[in-house]
Amino acid sequence: MHNQTRPIHPLPTQERQSSVDLALHIRRTTVEMTSRANASHIASCFSVIDILAVLYSQVLVFDPKQPRWRDRDRFILSKGHACAALYAVLAEYGFFPKEWLATYYLDGSHLAGHATHKGVPGIEVSTGALGHGLPLATGMALAGKRDERTHRVFCILSDGECDEGSNWEAALFAPHHRLDNLTVIIDYNKIQSLGWVKDVINLDPLADKWRAFGWAAREVDGHDHAALEALLTGVPFEAGRPSCIVAHTTKGKGVSFMENNLQYHYTPPRGDELARALAELGVK
Amino acid sequence: MRNAFFNAVFALAREDERIVLMTGDLGFRIVEGFMAERPKQFLNAGIAEQNMMSMAAGMALEGKIVFAYSIANFPTLRCLEQVRNDVCYHGARVAIFCSGGGFTYGAMGVTHHVTEDLAVTRAMPGLTVIAPGDPIEAGCVPAAIVAHDGPFYVRLGKAGEPNIHAGPIEFRRGRAITVREGDDVSLIATGSMLLVATRAADRLKADGINARVLSMHTVKPLDLDAVEAAAAETSVILTLEEHSVIGGLGAAVAEYLSERPGAGPRFKRFGVPSAFASEIGSQEHLLAHFGLTEAAVAETAKQMLAS
Repeated sequence: MHNQTRPIHPLPTQERQSSVDLALHIRRTTVEMTSRANASHIASCFSVIDILAVLYSQVLVFDPKQPRWRDRDRFILSKGHACAALYAVLAEYGFFPKEWLATYYLDGSHLAGHATHKGVPGIEVSTGALGHGLPLATGMALAGKRDERTHRVFCILSDGECDEGSNWEAALFAPHHRLDNLTVIIDYNKIQSLGWVKDVINLDPLADKWRAFGWAAREVDGHDHAALEALLTGVPFEAGRPSCIVAHTTKGKGVSFMENNLQYHYTPPRGDELARALAELGVK
Repeated sequence: MRNAFFNAVFALAREDERIVLMTGDLGFRIVEGFMAERPKQFLNAGIAEQNMMSMAAGMALEGKIVFAYSIANFPTLRCLEQVRNDVCYHGARVAIFCSGGGFTYGAMGVTHHVTEDLAVTRAMPGLTVIAPGDPIEAGCVPAAIVAHDGPFYVRLGKAGEPNIHAGPIEFRRGRAITVREGDDVSLIATGSMLLVATRAADRLKADGINARVLSMHTVKPLDLDAVEAAAAETSVILTLEEHSVIGGLGAAVAEYLSERPGAGPRFKRFGVPSAFASEIGSQEHLLAHFGLTEAAVAETAKQMLAS
């Protein structure tokens, strides 16, 4: 039974993995999940996996035995299409059996192709329709503030998702209400569904946009674990302001032929490609 | 209706700190007192209904019971995906309520009419859909919301409608209220059309026809027992709503009657055709334009009884 004392970390020290090890493991697991199911969005998973690994291994406060524990940090993957990676992380921490991962996206599975909360411990809310996660997180953060609670709310957006106006409604609201318990991380891999972000609807200068809305914004290499950890353990950057981290990432990061290749937004590596991908990820 | 509903929310909120009143920058001269009295239970979300609805869901998932207010289309059609995904799919305790149902803001123009809200909200899994028929019913709805663990949509008119019920009522979610007893024809009304139904019943009474009037304040879940009784005990059923004939109360009753075994009653929906108002005018003017009057209802009932 948890008391009011907030643990500094969810797992005892001896159970902590290094975020780098965790990220490598999750990349292997995720590519196997999506290839088995012939499911989309493996490249979207690979761009965000380092952020997820640092968050879960070093930052978020949670208890897999009590997924709805009131003092947990709330985490919302607004880019719900990258849920395979999140499911893999949650299974690794014991929120649900690892056997579930092998059923991802298949008939009768617990695990849908967009983050789905029903029956899946650890998934805070269902996402996938873009532009919902940050407004949901904002409501949670506001409730936490009003109830004078100390847990925090983290939300990951995709870059293409920043086209959705609802995000900017929340971006206006959160600083006005001084929600410094809220952190948004943008997985800025520069590629969206039909091409380069700069060619579809340019977002630059992205961090400046959030600053102009009143957020304390920082930029980081989204694959640099030490830099990510330093930033994510340092929120809020300014008291009274929500935090924004623009994480510069590479779509498909970790497998050479998938990097910056839009094809892998839609199809997973198959056959020989899968073997090559796993080999690059160190699987013999 | 609007004031009765708000006053009931204020009273409940004083006793229950879970309750949050959220508004999309509307409620001038209604909400100010509550805002000053209970700032932690009040939120002006600004003119941003998508964010408002998702935030309402987020707050509800943290244990709040959120009453989210705006006008007509804005908290429904504008942010329907947020209603579906964030409120309904998560079973969030959000009660969306609006003023301006139907043609309430008639002369404001078509952008401020809402004649599709009951249809789209009725299609949302788990969402209770209520359109109270008078201020007495409206004042009962907030307590019914707090008593039920699930999301709601409540359509109100404006301020100043007359009371139809003579005194206190027993208001239950999903249970129609019999306003007039009668065995010749059934007039099943929701929302503002309850007044038209009772007046039509008075006209029919003068002609010796006994009309049963049901206030079907809850459009979903529909009170099938009351519809079945009307079908079994009266030979004509008319539904009345200030809403499109597609998807609302009339459609819900028609769906039941069409799948009911055996011979059924003669049936007609009074509502708005699938058309935008082609005239400028008040609520009364537009209702008359679309034939939603007590005279038309009474005349149609007589003709159907005689045919």
